Amino acid sequence: MELSAYLAVAALLFLIGLVMVAARRNLIYVLMGLELILNAANLNLVAFNRFRPEGMEGHLDGQIGAVFVIILAAAEAAIALAIVLNIHSLFETIRPDDIDTLKD
Amino acid sequence: MGEVLAFWFFAALTIGCALLALLHRNVVNSAFALLGTLLGLAGFYVLLAADFLAMTQVLIYAGGILVLILFGLMLTPPVTNERRFGRILVAVAVVGLGAVAFWEKARGAVWHAAAREELAAPAGTVREIGLEFLRRDSWLLPFELASVVLLAGLVGAVYIARRRFPREDV
Repeated sequence: MELSAYLAVAALLFLIGLVMVAARRNLIYVLMGLELILNAANLNLVAFNRFRPEGMEGHLDGQIGAVFVIILAAAEAAIALAIVLNIHSLFETIRPDDIDTLKD
Repeated sequence: MGEVLAFWFFAALTIGCALLALLHRNVVNSAFALLGTLLGLAGFYVLLAADFLAMTQVLIYAGGILVLILFGLMLTPPVTNERRFGRILVAVAVVGLGAVAFWEKARGAVWHAAAREELAAPAGTVREIGLEFLRRDSWLLPFELASVVLLAGLVGAVYIARRRFPREDV
């Protein structure tokens, strides 16, 4: 398969993640959408690493960047879920629309 | 031929499960649909000759982050009465924006990177990635910083998630 096929899949995945973050009324869905977005970026990184230009045969920088993204996504998921649990015990809800103490 | 078939299989698995996760009303089913997406991405990594990354994807995403999300689901109440109209409006807006970006990309110069030739796959990437991580003039500093970040994340998550607001009913 050529590079653009992988890029199209990654773009679709990014779009689905974006809709998930923007449209669902549940903080857990927001987290899942974030994971989808990060995964789409990862797929782009690995695909570009596979189709790298001439003279860069030995380089694996794209894959290493993807490993760092996975590391940071793991840390982000742990912290974000801790924050969600805290929000739940403080506000008794995890709807992002209801958490508006700072609004007025 | 086999590679093309495998690509379409993984593409269908990834996108289909992601759509299912997006559209399903039950959040537990959405989380399990996300599992299909993450495993499909691991398959893509195998197709792209990134064996170490495929293993890492299965271990950390499918094994770790998904379990974390399921725990988050179990510890929080389900959200009922989502307003459908606003949701559909936002979805249409985002998809429209994405379609515009997609079209621009498809017809424009950004996409011409696709003309590159696929290079011969290396025999395995585990050894090379390990050496890259520990070479001083390459990725050593980010690698060590990542361990510091993980430690800080671990301590921070435990600190934030501890029960500070005692509820009367417990």
